[in-house]
Amino acid sequence: MSEPAVADTRRLNSKPQDLTDAYGPPSNFLEIDVYDPQIVGVGRNRYTTYEVRMKTNLPIFKLKDSCVRRRYSDFEWLKNELERDSKIVVPPLPGKALKRQLPFRGDEGLFEESFLEERRAGLEQFINRIAGHPLAQNERCLHMFLQEESIDRNYIPGKV
Amino acid sequence: MSFFSFGQSAEIDVVLNDAETRKKVEHKSEDGKKDKYFLFYDGETVSGKVNVTLKNPGKRLEHQGIKIEFVGQIELYYDRGNHHEFVSLVKDLARPGEITQSQTFDFEFTHVEKPYESYTGQNVKLRYFLRATVIRRLNDVVKEMDIVVHTLSTYPELNSSIKMEVGIEDCLHIEFEYNKSKYHLKDVIVGKIYFLLVRIKIKHMEIDIIKRETTGTGPSVYHENDTIAKYEIMDGAPVRGESIPIRLFLAGYDLTPTMRDINKKFSVRYYLNLVLIDEEERRYFKQQEITLWRKGDVVRKSMSHQAAIASQRFEGSAASESALEQAAKEESG
Repeated sequence: MSEPAVADTRRLNSKPQDLTDAYGPPSNFLEIDVYDPQIVGVGRNRYTTYEVRMKTNLPIFKLKDSCVRRRYSDFEWLKNELERDSKIVVPPLPGKALKRQLPFRGDEGLFEESFLEERRAGLEQFINRIAGHPLAQNERCLHMFLQEESIDRNYIPGKV
Repeated sequence: MSFFSFGQSAEIDVVLNDAETRKKVEHKSEDGKKDKYFLFYDGETVSGKVNVTLKNPGKRLEHQGIKIEFVGQIELYYDRGNHHEFVSLVKDLARPGEITQSQTFDFEFTHVEKPYESYTGQNVKLRYFLRATVIRRLNDVVKEMDIVVHTLSTYPELNSSIKMEVGIEDCLHIEFEYNKSKYHLKDVIVGKIYFLLVRIKIKHMEIDIIKRETTGTGPSVYHENDTIAKYEIMDGAPVRGESIPIRLFLAGYDLTPTMRDINKKFSVRYYLNLVLIDEEERRYFKQQEITLWRKGDVVRKSMSHQAAIASQRFEGSAASESALEQAAKEESG
């Protein structure tokens, strides 16, 4: 047998990379920012909305640039839809902060600046994690959340 | 393991004839310790001497016979009572009677078949040993001596590469290639990963060697997976058209040959697991089985005739045959 005593460890042949692929923008660009908390409503019925802005070059998203306003319960809705319909393990949302909704607090409660910042950061982390998941990207609820003006809670769930 | 109970009047031990020249190898025991044992190959003769030493010389030792056995058996840890013996040879050394002084008995098991490799795993053990016994009415005097058997193969005739395109629709497509499907234990896995489509944010990529030990049959089958190695092959985000090379040296890892359905009792198989991890710690992986085999040492001119038979046993090769001729000439010349 003419097998060599020392193994051949040379690299396998591979196609040279196209320069536009090498130096062009990567095909996995996806950035979602959650910012600009605004308090909506009056008195006891106030709530906070955040701007959710998405920039991407993934073909699965219809709009490469989208901007919508969402509140905490919208994020909760999205989490529930995904937990029910998709097989993925959905990451946690920042807390519901029920205690902050009680009266007679020393601070601004739900509208305390530091709390809003904490919640904003948690929501941003949540949505970025979800949007990058290949299985979540197939769900209509995600696309509606990110790219449609308002969420139609009577929508028909399904895959894109 | 030797059984010494209080008041034993005799000691028994086994010594191989070629103890000075025979190679010893390390073998892991059940509790993870490594010990050295004499190494044998299939077809080799096992010969030596059994020494029976009287503790009180002059005092007679009555016995119902002295024998030596060569045993090859499979032990399933969850079924310790039943040993499955696939080799069982006996030589009677002495008929029932008595010994008045320390004695030595010669034995030889000629060209013993040792079809499987010694293996100590998580749920099963395959071992070979000599067991010398002085049979007595109340309690026998027994001495066991374990040996280790390696099974050798030669370069396979057919050794195609593994090349496959896998992925997630519209998200990630890769083509992976490994240069062979059968590797010997000191071989090198040479391969590459070519990225056809990358729409996820990859952080790094690694290749793992997984050992799967399967024991039992029918309804009670146990699989034990053990990740023997993790080897990072890429750090950072790849883009379309990139080729990442793989060069994984197997000699650095604790591996055994692939063992398929040994005596219908257990299997030990190896898999390469290619794992990609994205920025959110999500793992994308593809497992592929490889066959591992044990290569004989470089065939030296002075290689014994018996070991030459053993190394040729699985797949014939011109090199082994000429060594065989050479050894035959030297022995007769």
